[in-house]
Amino acid sequence: MDNHGSYKQLINIWIFLMFLTFITVYVAQFDFGALNVPIALLVASIKAGVVALHFMHLKHEDGLTWVFASYPIFLLFLLIAFTATDMFSRVLN
Amino acid sequence: MSEVNEKNYLENGEGFASWFFTVDHKRIGVMYLWAIAVFFIIAAIASFLVRFEHLTPGQTIVSADTYNVLFTLHGSMMVFLFIVPGVAASFGNFLIPLMIGAKDVIFPKLNLYSFWIYLAGAAIFMIALAGPADTGWTFYTPYSIETGANVILITLGIFVLGFSSILTGINFIVTMHKLRAPGMTWDRLPLFCWAAYATSLLQVLATPVVGITLLLLIGERYFGLGFFDPARGGDPVMFQHFFWFYSHPAVYIMILPAMGIISEIMPVFSRKPIFGYKAIAYASLAIALISFLVWGHHMFVSGQSKLVNIIFSVITYAVAVPTAIKVFNWLWTMHKGSIELSTAMLYSLAFIFLFTIGGLTGLFLGALAADVHLHDTYFVVAHMHYVMIGGTVFGFFAALHFWYPKMWGRMFDEFKAKIAFVLIFIGFNVVFFPQFIMGTLGMPRRYFNYAPEFQSLHQISTYGTWIIGAGFILMLWVLMRPLPGKAPGNPYRSVSLEWSMDSPPGTFNFDEIPTITEPVYNYGTKVEEES
Repeated sequence: MDNHGSYKQLINIWIFLMFLTFITVYVAQFDFGALNVPIALLVASIKAGVVALHFMHLKHEDGLTWVFASYPIFLLFLLIAFTATDMFSRVLN
Repeated sequence: MSEVNEKNYLENGEGFASWFFTVDHKRIGVMYLWAIAVFFIIAAIASFLVRFEHLTPGQTIVSADTYNVLFTLHGSMMVFLFIVPGVAASFGNFLIPLMIGAKDVIFPKLNLYSFWIYLAGAAIFMIALAGPADTGWTFYTPYSIETGANVILITLGIFVLGFSSILTGINFIVTMHKLRAPGMTWDRLPLFCWAAYATSLLQVLATPVVGITLLLLIGERYFGLGFFDPARGGDPVMFQHFFWFYSHPAVYIMILPAMGIISEIMPVFSRKPIFGYKAIAYASLAIALISFLVWGHHMFVSGQSKLVNIIFSVITYAVAVPTAIKVFNWLWTMHKGSIELSTAMLYSLAFIFLFTIGGLTGLFLGALAADVHLHDTYFVVAHMHYVMIGGTVFGFFAALHFWYPKMWGRMFDEFKAKIAFVLIFIGFNVVFFPQFIMGTLGMPRRYFNYAPEFQSLHQISTYGTWIIGAGFILMLWVLMRPLPGKAPGNPYRSVSLEWSMDSPPGTFNFDEIPTITEPVYNYGTKVEEES
């Protein structure tokens, strides 16, 4: 095994991911109103972050790789922010 | 010298398998070149038929439905099979390792795999077009959800093509980070490589968005999910947001490599170092970054909110700044230079002229008030063709002529090639300049029929296609019939690294990885005199 985590660590992370999946399914039974989507996205984002850090080895990479990995998140934020600004303007009107 | 490297890359193996299973970046580049050339010719024929149809109002040669199919075939094939993968995949593959002093790209097998994916995507795409498809290349909802024509298969083809684009982009980025020869610092990197680097960033970051968007469209058609359907709580303008989030950066995927080509050719035929090397290099990155922030200028009249319209309009003007920096630097590179009007240089000069017209007319469309009048008219058609043909295709033709001796080891007939250039240049302007006028007079794009007062301008535009078509045929004839005898290693006395070896290059490019000690574009200096 290289320095990217032992099998035990990886299995623990997998169990954590399964736990989060269980949370996603469990909370889907309840109606949180406007919070339904944010809650689902929050859990999904945590899962994606854990996968990127550990299974995709981002935790062990240098600064340049972090820049490459972070920039798309910024772009995603822009895409959602501008699109939502436009769409909510129609909903509010 | 190894025995394999004694043979040039064209002689190292014969037959279909030696090409189709090669991992040599130069052969893969050449295969891309052949593939995109075939698609370019098919798409160009479709455009000639579209223009011929407009010779008279009403039906001239095809029905209205066939007309829709033809302009969809032309637009989507030109965009997704020729111009997006075009310059980057063909010349990028061939040149980047030669320019940075490497023996290949960093992932040669992945490179071949990208080409195979491209072929698979293209095959799906072609089957889909035969389906036929009639949405235009933008697949706007709600029409793309409702039409009975082929949508799912063509979007699936583009989805597959996107993987090829992403993998090629990753390959180029890592290659330029990891395989630069000793001494090839970032400030000695040829500007074509800087442009390819910026292009690759766009390919990797933007392409997934169009993939997801097209999957949503498939879900909408198959399962009625309602993302883009107001009756189900969706929003058709959201499709346009997602589509243009990719497709506007894609415009720069198309044009940036061509800008890199011009930056390579200008110093060679001006015998001067490029003016403002760092400004041009950083302008490529600036264009790549800003291009992600302007997608909403395609939707000024789609019901987009006023606030968002204003933001996108302002940022659209900002993207003109790094573009103008490049144009001014190319012009100043020629200033007091010893200019040689080779065919490649003529195409480069035409690029600057036509691209400037295309870029400036883009600012008209970026202005909120003017866009209300000009949106979806022939003005837009003319603008995008001045950028895409006047820019990218002329840059592509410049590269075809400039690196011809390096790729094929032969020279071509410069005189006949210049005649072809004149025909293409004149024909292009005859086709598209009248379309600016038609657009300002209110002629809508993509309409089968038109009012009689537009006929003379339509006819001039159609006659232009015959001139440019003659130019294409002559250019193809010249390039398919090289002059006898082997080309010299460096016929244009370039000081760039790719010209330091035989033409065509050996299989592994360099016998030993070179050490770079001088700045790039060292023209008019002692180094050049010695070389």
